[in-house]
Amino acid sequence: MEYLSIVFQETYKILFLLIPVLVSVAMIVWLDRRVWAFVQKRRGPNVVGPFGLLQSLADALKYIFKEIIIPASSNKVIFILAPIITMTLALTAWAVIPFSESKVLANINVGILYIFAVSSLGVYGIIMGGWASNSKYPFLGAIRSAAQMVSYEVSIGIIIINVLLCVGSLNLNDIVIAQENMWFIFPLFPMFVIFFISALAETNRPPFDLPEAEAELVAGYQTEYSGMMYAMFWLGEYANILLMCALGSILFLGGWLSPIDFYPFNLIPGFIWLIFKIMFLFMLFALVKAIVPRYRYDQLMRLGWKIFLPLSLTYVVLTASFLFYFNLLPTT
Amino acid sequence: MIAHAIFFYIFSVIAVISAIMVTVSKNTVHSVFFLILDFISISCLFIMIGAEFLGMIMLIVYVGAVAVLFLFVVMMLNVAQQKNQWFISKESSGHIPVGLVISVIIFFELIIVIGGWKYKPDLLNSTNLFIEKGVSNTHSLGQVLYTDYIHVFQISGMILLIAMIGAIVLTFRQREGVKKQSYLKQISRERAEGVEVLEVASNRGVKIDD
Repeated sequence: MEYLSIVFQETYKILFLLIPVLVSVAMIVWLDRRVWAFVQKRRGPNVVGPFGLLQSLADALKYIFKEIIIPASSNKVIFILAPIITMTLALTAWAVIPFSESKVLANINVGILYIFAVSSLGVYGIIMGGWASNSKYPFLGAIRSAAQMVSYEVSIGIIIINVLLCVGSLNLNDIVIAQENMWFIFPLFPMFVIFFISALAETNRPPFDLPEAEAELVAGYQTEYSGMMYAMFWLGEYANILLMCALGSILFLGGWLSPIDFYPFNLIPGFIWLIFKIMFLFMLFALVKAIVPRYRYDQLMRLGWKIFLPLSLTYVVLTASFLFYFNLLPTT
Repeated sequence: MIAHAIFFYIFSVIAVISAIMVTVSKNTVHSVFFLILDFISISCLFIMIGAEFLGMIMLIVYVGAVAVLFLFVVMMLNVAQQKNQWFISKESSGHIPVGLVISVIIFFELIIVIGGWKYKPDLLNSTNLFIEKGVSNTHSLGQVLYTDYIHVFQISGMILLIAMIGAIVLTFRQREGVKKQSYLKQISRERAEGVEVLEVASNRGVKIDD
């Protein structure tokens, strides 16, 4: 009986986390298209609902009522599994994101490693989708994407090591609390820039959207998908983008800490600040999409392995020696 | 505690079944996916005994990187076709005795490991391996790894580095006649040298690229 009540409580908490995340994914798709349109002097989606706010819901309805077409020569089980895995992984990672000191679904000791592990599993949704489609363009897109995500994960990992050196704990809440005096964006600014660019590559966003480069590969690994399965890929992708924004704001922008810490402003609960920071990072993502042209594949690989990896490794050495020399290493 | 046992059996049954399926399934890509499932359920078991750091590193390294490379190779080489040829043609069946020898060695090693379990209680009570209750798993790993075992740790790092350099040296070859793009050249191009106005004689043409 006690076990059942725990299960019910946790389910309630999970729903309380997942439904806002899914709604904000829908809203953020609208925002993305809107920003993109404004940069190009277009109007963007503005018909469904006020300012076109309900456009994503209309799109989702359309996807639900469309027929799911499974290619005859595809590997059916894996073909159906791929979008499910993408979306599940994108949503599971949200379990450890702290929205305030107490509002965490799972306050685990190795939170940052958990996020890193789950986001590194995200490759499988794409590879499985590309391979199971049994068609040229999806396969090429999947191969590109896997190589890209694996190489940029390396630099993200090393950037995380930089932050961990300053914190001395893998717990996400501890990382936020360690930034009470100074956000890590100030001492680690170059790492923040590299993290932002690597996050773009990790989530297959322009200018690194080679896996779905529509001019070369039709739509990359999603070419054969239709209806709700396509929508699940799309939801997973945007949930991953939001997750990367959340991770960036927790690692560098002080998470749920308030930037203005005096009377009327410190009444605002922490999660509002976190949402503001996530929105700020997402606006940068959307602007980059509109402004920057797509990278060539060899340039992408060169940027990841020959520039970001040595730079972030050097910064690890610099941070470690600075902390050691001035005796600032965190003690447990 | 019952819930704990139930989860343990769920994960271990999945691990064993998927390990069997790795060898049994006919499609090689499927067997790689079963291998991934095996890794994931084993890392769940690690997390259940409190070795959260090991479990996560298992996910990141094996599932996130190593298995992706496996999948790449299996998808690109189309191993399913080769396997059929392998049994039919006579000249490549020389691999079978080598494989047998290696699998026999691994089998005996596994038997030795099972015998080694007998000493587990001694290991847990050892004074050299003191486990502090209040310190988290990751912290205590770091405290042991970077103090008592620092030389072993660094030597294993060196071995990995040598293996990496060896792999690069073995596969790297300078091909001739390949046109490479120099970023410096591309960026530093000016209009004056980029555009050239030529008088082209009719019916003779002009040679641009050498």
